[in-house]
Amino acid sequence: MGAFCRVMKETTATITFESTSPDETRRLGRVLGSVAKPGDVFALIGTLGAGKTELVKGVASGLGVADEGGVNSPTFVLVNEYDGRLHVYHVDAYRLGGTTELKAIGFEEICQSGGLVVIEWADRVGSLIPSRALWTAIEVTGDRTRRMVLTGPFDDVKRIESALSISAE
Amino acid sequence: MTLVLGIETSCDETSAAVVADGREVRANLIASQIDLHARYGGVVPEIASRAHIERLDPLICEALRLAGAAPEELDAIAVTARPGLIGALLIGVTAAKTLAWAWGKPLIDVNHIHAHATSAALGIAAGSGGGADGASIWPAAALVVSGGHTSLFLVRDPCDIVMLGRTRDDAAGEAFDKVAMILGLGFPGGPIVDRRAKSGDATRVSLPRTMLGPDSLDFSFSGLKTAVLYHVHGAGRTRGGLERLSPGDIDDLCASFSAAVVDVLVAKTLKAAERCGVRTVVVGGGVAANSMLRARLSETCVRRGLTLHPTPMQFCTDNAAMIAAQGHHQFVRGRLADLSLAAEAS
Repeated sequence: MGAFCRVMKETTATITFESTSPDETRRLGRVLGSVAKPGDVFALIGTLGAGKTELVKGVASGLGVADEGGVNSPTFVLVNEYDGRLHVYHVDAYRLGGTTELKAIGFEEICQSGGLVVIEWADRVGSLIPSRALWTAIEVTGDRTRRMVLTGPFDDVKRIESALSISAE
Repeated sequence: MTLVLGIETSCDETSAAVVADGREVRANLIASQIDLHARYGGVVPEIASRAHIERLDPLICEALRLAGAAPEELDAIAVTARPGLIGALLIGVTAAKTLAWAWGKPLIDVNHIHAHATSAALGIAAGSGGGADGASIWPAAALVVSGGHTSLFLVRDPCDIVMLGRTRDDAAGEAFDKVAMILGLGFPGGPIVDRRAKSGDATRVSLPRTMLGPDSLDFSFSGLKTAVLYHVHGAGRTRGGLERLSPGDIDDLCASFSAAVVDVLVAKTLKAAERCGVRTVVVGGGVAANSMLRARLSETCVRRGLTLHPTPMQFCTDNAAMIAAQGHHQFVRGRLADLSLAAEAS
């Protein structure tokens, strides 16, 4: 049991980021974009108005997506695609009935495509999210403040942690 | 006369249409609106490439039959090639390429949002003062406002369309749906909020009009959505407040929210017309069916001496008639695609 727990501790890690404004949320996004690797999946959780799309704007910026103004909510169109250092698939599960519909729009294929997949409302389709995903849960803590809890593979989270401390300086 | 078959599969809707001269709709079938299951069977998720595959062939056959058109009478086949869901677009594009090859017809690739921008021309009857091809309503400032898109264009003519602005976060129709969700009103949110707004007081709740600076023609509706959320639950809170609202409060909030969206849409559309020096305004897309938007745009255009052409209600949501009509204009200008045409997500 003890050994199992230690393995768990070493394979996944969690950090918490307190955002005081949409600008701060985008800064976290830029850090996530700057460390993203081919095949990464960023799974976002948070209520309406939590700032999920704002975070994705930052991710796109961190990846050098040229048409940053084109980064907007994919709720209706289901998937937006952007070109940057990695090809970005911006997916939104808000309107989907569940994993069957997510499969139907080709989610499993795009997770194998070597791009970066960012999916909003990931908690609605949790069973289809790959185990390597980095989860970001956004909690509304005040009018403009948000708590972001990032959980994912140990190495990924450590890389984000050090990139965040550099970007804060 | 030109006769164009239009095919639309960019998102949820499967649609096929036959349009003469870019204006006269001979048939316009949308799968979700007719009972294909009764005739052809099959039950699949609404959001699926397989749904498009199962529905498209029978829809095309039915559209040709209703239009009384044989394949050899067609002049061209127009298809939505972008933007949209890649797997969904591929179905329509593959069908269109196959038919164009098999029937020996020209293939036309249509941008879905451009087709919304020119869809108002579908309402201009022949001989009503428009040119022979309805071209006289151009140039115009075009507002495209739907669940997935909120954009402004200068349409010099259907083959010369320039984007002036777009949403930076949520589309207007998406904001309507999400506010309906916040208020527990169900789906689809646009028509429900519109109906509730009619009995509400639009001045009751003060909500932000996000203009993004005096010169911007871009839109942002995310902050408005959050403002409604906080109005319901309290600042910085996301639940627990809905029970305190009476039905009358919800009507007032629907009216106040609609007015905030409409104020921004109208102000920026008018600004676009002014900046481009055009005297005509057109509006298309699903939210163009919103009664407050139609009324305010109409009043404002009358006051400014501008002509408004709203898209006829039946062509506001996604449909293939607008694809065939836009295809007609590209066809008569010789803007043809070839069989290497590829669907593009954006």
